[in-house]
Amino acid sequence: MAVHEFDAVIVGAGGAGLYAAMELSRQADLRVAVISKLYPTRSHTGAAQGGIGAALGNMEEDHWEWHMFDTVKGGDYLVDQDAAEILAREAIETVYDLEHLGLPFDRTPDGRIAQRRFGGHTHHFGQGPVRRACHAADRTGHMILQTLYQQCLRQNVRFFNEFQVLDLLVEDGAACGVVAWEILTGELHTFHARAVMFATGGWGRIYKVTSNAHTLTGDGAAICWRRGIPLEDMEFYQFHPTGIYRLGILMSEAARGEGAVLRNRYGERFMERYSPTLLDLAPRDIIARAMITEIREGRGIDGKDYLHLDFTHLPRQLLEEKLPDITSFARIYLGIDPATQPVPVQPTAHYAMGGIPTDVWGRVVLDEKNTVLPGLYAAGECACVSVHGANRLGTNSLVDILVFGRRAGRDMVRYLREAERVPLRHNPDSDAREQMERLLRSEGKEKVAVLRQELAENMMEYCGIFRDEAGLRKMLEILGDLRERYRRIRLDDRGRIFNQDLLEAWELGCLLDVAEATVRSALHRTESRGAHMREDYPKRDDENWLKHTLLYRKPDGTFEFRYKPVVITRFQPQARTY
Amino acid sequence: MKATIRIKRFNPEVDRRPYWAEYEVPVDPFDRVLDALHYIKANLDGSLALRRSCAHGICGSDAMLINGRNRLACKVLIKDLGPRITVEPLRGLRVIKDLVVDMEPFFEKYRQVMPWLITDEPPPPQERRQTPEERARYEDTTKCILCAVCTTACPIFWGTGEFLGPAALVAAHRFIFDSRDQAAQQRLQILADRSGVFKCRTVFNCTEACPQGIEITKAIQELKQAIILSRT
Ligand SMILES: Cc1cc2nc3c(=O)[nH]c(=O)nc-3n(C[C@H](O)[C@H](O)[C@H](O)COP(=O)(O)OP(=O)(O)OC[C@H]3O[C@@H](n4cnc5c(N)ncnc54)[C@H](O)[C@@H]3O)c2cc1C
Ligand code: SF4
Ligand code: FES
Repeated sequence: MAVHEFDAVIVGAGGAGLYAAMELSRQADLRVAVISKLYPTRSHTGAAQGGIGAALGNMEEDHWEWHMFDTVKGGDYLVDQDAAEILAREAIETVYDLEHLGLPFDRTPDGRIAQRRFGGHTHHFGQGPVRRACHAADRTGHMILQTLYQQCLRQNVRFFNEFQVLDLLVEDGAACGVVAWEILTGELHTFHARAVMFATGGWGRIYKVTSNAHTLTGDGAAICWRRGIPLEDMEFYQFHPTGIYRLGILMSEAARGEGAVLRNRYGERFMERYSPTLLDLAPRDIIARAMITEIREGRGIDGKDYLHLDFTHLPRQLLEEKLPDITSFARIYLGIDPATQPVPVQPTAHYAMGGIPTDVWGRVVLDEKNTVLPGLYAAGECACVSVHGANRLGTNSLVDILVFGRRAGRDMVRYLREAERVPLRHNPDSDAREQMERLLRSEGKEKVAVLRQELAENMMEYCGIFRDEAGLRKMLEILGDLRERYRRIRLDDRGRIFNQDLLEAWELGCLLDVAEATVRSALHRTESRGAHMREDYPKRDDENWLKHTLLYRKPDGTFEFRYKPVVITRFQPQARTY
Repeated sequence: MKATIRIKRFNPEVDRRPYWAEYEVPVDPFDRVLDALHYIKANLDGSLALRRSCAHGICGSDAMLINGRNRLACKVLIKDLGPRITVEPLRGLRVIKDLVVDMEPFFEKYRQVMPWLITDEPPPPQERRQTPEERARYEDTTKCILCAVCTTACPIFWGTGEFLGPAALVAAHRFIFDSRDQAAQQRLQILADRSGVFKCRTVFNCTEACPQGIEITKAIQELKQAIILSRT
């Protein structure tokens, strides 16, 4: 059994993990490791297209207060406003910081960072659209990921690439390490540390049509949940309006920011009916629901389940300069030239608003009183601070992962200055070993890929954009059945070296856990808010539900709900119209 | 329709040498090769190993040799290949299992060119100014997703493991021509070395293969010129 000693280990090498690692590595005496199941540059942050929001005001007047307001309103007032204030204020210095680190932003003629429109970004507290998204063509996330990785290399951060973390170690009430599977060799490694951070990204793969990578299976959230940490606001899962039909590949909101519009089978710009002020730049939950409504009422293209994203009135040069990647996605995957033909789109599962609960320093909390679990941190999509509330605005994830990744890194430095090393227990990797051995030896007939597909299809059907009690109960039954069958799987590969079959089986366990948390939370919340639309409870209910959900799984297999109040500072909840 | 996918398989735990396996796969012409490989993993043989993540050409994981050319399996459609498809691991890097190769030597070369922004001046409180023209100078080489397609398509890289290879040169170019960077001379020195840019024989394999459409050969020529100019 290999044991590695570090001061801090960071699980995940996307924007959140790398920013934290960079902060920590500025302290010469601290030994820091980043563990990632993918090579860092393959993390999903690299897929982010449209931009990162910050009220720089480079193109027109803008203020962080407006950004904060948009974030709070966009999240249907479930956003914690202390966190939203930090997000909007620190977005500005974070973007400048990225520029200083080398990020190649697009520029204005006078050499400043260029900005464009995005959904739900407004001036004067909702008066009209504002240009707030800083961008590098439509590969902003790629540039962020490359830049941060490069700076980590420069600062000699220790990387453990293609190591899959399977377990979190907690002793005497403090986090003290993780156990990981080295994919190349099939060996288990124990990482003993004084601080641990999860930055493992999202779980779009619980759904069939998704913009998310195959590897986004909710590992970090599931691992923490299994160790008694609650999951917060899991019912709020975002569908992005414009995924390429059937494939789910994203057509960034930047497309609509640059002027593309949605049309139904009659060529009608239907958002005029749903959001008279912001039209195609309304927040995502509103557009996604409008699209499904159009489709249900028979106005999908040819009466089918998709609509058109129309770029044909835009100059070809604009497509090539500002939206080159998504133009090429349409060409490659559909054989369509968006300059002359509209692109078929449908909503695609995109972003987890909920996750591992943390405070504004990225410290993982255990309950409604914000009791910290010492030494444990989480940031990025797997975490819930909560700055997105019931619905995230476009560009705010990149802000979230960097602002809170950085704050977590800084707080870890502070914590490490005083924290003692907690000794490991005997055989710290025994649980992880047992999980893997059981999967390897399982003698059933069920196929992991089949279970994974059934899960994703049913989640789409029963826990998608519209939900109701009957569907959610049905989904719980299906989950029970899938869990049962999961005990009877059989792997084709029983070797050690690069056993992907085994890893996918283990990931399926995580998918089942986060799906379960999502469905139970959605069933429990009897109101509609942001991305959580209960057809049987269509109204927002502030009196009963202006609070966060905390869902625990107890060691005996039962579930418990608790609630955390929403932090409200500047903006009182109002009706949400655009 | 059906496609026949021939895959070069190798599992070091059981096989003494690589062998070809053939699979019949039901496909749609608009399916990606990656979809066909996933079908095989899900339904025919779960032990097939390959890297993949994003499935739309932006993470650089699934580079492999498809019908004799280096490509991303998620960026090439069945309809463009026809019903008989052969798939092999990238050349020039050690095969770990099936389509998975050892990427460490590739990343090692990348690290050698100091692929990070270097400046001495303390940054201003806001952004450094850079005009759209200065920005355009290095735009092309910022697109690299480190997929290793170019480097493993290069006969000189196969011939001598020493050559930095096109991807590392692309990374160097990205910083050398960034108006904010101040370490161009240091990097040019590294590139002027024996294993550096002058090993390039302008074969154009890299440029033809790059899934990001980066004009790699042009970038390499610009680096050669910059070295020559900095010597005079
Ligand atoms: C197509 C697309 C476009 C987007 N566009 C935008 C945009 O324009 N603006 C915006 O703000 N947001 C956008 N988003 C959202 C945003 O990109 C993501 O939410 C964000 O990048 C997540 O970053 P992260 O650091 O939390 O995790 P990720 O970048 O997803 O990284 C997760 C890391 O965790 C590692 N990992 C996971 N599980 C394990 C494990 N068990 N063991 C070890 N390592 C593990 C992975 O290897 C990876 O390194 C987009 C998302 C998608 C999918
Ligand atoms: S230059 Fe092109 S082919 Fe080479 S690694 Fe980068 S993206 Fe891949
Ligand atoms: S899977 Fe990401 S590039 Fe193909």
